[in-house]
Order: sequence, then C-alpha cells, then structure tokens
Amino acid sequence: MATKKFMFVNRKAPYGTVYALESLEVVLISAAFEQDVSLAFIDDGVYQITKGQDTTGIGQKNFSNTYKALGDYEIKKLYVSKESLEERGLTQDDLMDLVWEDEDDDWAEKPSIIMVDRSEMAAVMAEQEVTLSF
Amino acid sequence: MSTLELNGESIELDEEGYLVDLSLWTREIGEALAKGEDVDLTDEHWDIIDFLREYYEEYQIAPAVRVLTKAVGKRLGKDKGNSKYLYSLFPYGPGKQACKYAGLPKPTGCV
Repeated sequence: MATKKFMFVNRKAPYGTVYALESLEVVLISAAFEQDVSLAFIDDGVYQITKGQDTTGIGQKNFSNTYKALGDYEIKKLYVSKESLEERGLTQDDLMDLVWEDEDDDWAEKPSIIMVDRSEMAAVMAEQEVTLSF
Repeated sequence: MSTLELNGESIELDEEGYLVDLSLWTREIGEALAKGEDVDLTDEHWDIIDFLREYYEEYQIAPAVRVLTKAVGKRLGKDKGNSKYLYSLFPYGPGKQACKYAGLPKPTGCV
C-alpha cells in the first residue's frame, strides 16, 4: 500500500464533546496501516495535550496518557499552534512531555512536539494528501 | 453474552469471551480464560500478559500487535520481539488472545 501523508487536525477541548477521543482512536487505527501520520493541535485542541488532566469531577475516563503512546505507534510529529497556546495563557511547559524512542539510536527519547506559528502550520497543512478535522 | 464459572461465581464475558468488568480480573481468572481455550499458561505467556497489563495501566489502551512486538523486543530481548515467537505463544493473534487472558479490551487499532 502506498504511503500517504495524513494529518489529523484537533481543534476541540478534550472533554465535553467526543471529538478529541474519536480523533485519537482514528489516529491509532490509521497507524496500523503504516501511513505517514501527523497531528495538529489548534484553538482549544491544545488543551488535549496539557499536563495534569483530572477528570474525576466529570466522571469521564482520563485518556490523556494515551497521547504518550503515540510514539510507540510511530507518530512523531505533533504540530502545536504557538498562537493558540499564547491566546490561552499557556506555554510549552504546560504541555505533556511527549516523546518517541529512536530504536536506531539506543532507544533515545526524542521530542514529538513541534511548535509552529500560523504560517508554518499552513505550510505543513499544504503538504498533506489527506487532512481530517476534528 | 456468556459467563465464566469459577469457584462458584459467575463472571460475565462478552460475545467474544472478553471480561465485561475489567476490574474483576485476577491471575486465576486469566488462567481459567486460557483453560477454556485449551491453553496452559507458562511463564513465557505471563511475561507477555504482565507486560500488556502494565502497558494498559500506563497508557489506558491495549497496544496494537506491531507496538507490542517492538516493546517486547526492547524489554525481553530481540529473540522474543518478533511475531513468530509471539504467535507461537498465542496462535490466535498475540493482541487478541493475550489481551483476553490479561482481562483487557481488544487492542486499539486491531483490524
């Protein structure tokens, strides 16, 4: 099967709607087809990968740790909108430390998060063959 | 819907034989689920089952087979991190079968 460039664009907060969880599940399934998968976090989507999520008050499963498994699925490109973080008073320090392990480099942990501004994000999106928005 | 009878208790299973209430799992239940499919669990099986449970605890998902294979290779050595070895232990598919005995849902990304 030919490899295509897939991007999953996440714009919604993690809880309250089902978009974030649905997106994550489709992302994990798509990885089984060995495609070139990347993720974008824009607008409230940046909250999906913030540290210290606690869902006990809303009685929903906290699936934030699942993002830490993305590296195992060879998903190593998580583009985060700088402007969206800034608009919400967040910095990269508020995000989880998401990494992938490089098997060819003695399993060294390498960062998956790539901070991009609007024009860089637009350029990355323009390269994609398939874009799915959640 | 079926049930597993163990020590006078009925434990609910779904139509494919996975535990409905994952929190009920014990090693004894894992062994009984395997027995039901004529499998005697060895230490080698348990290495994989224990790994799957730890992975689920940490990431809240059961890993896809490809991910499992790579992770087993890293943890238990290259000679075990290959599908031939994993299929020799779990001939019905290491993801599906091992997750069942581990009391986990079917792997995410299992197609």
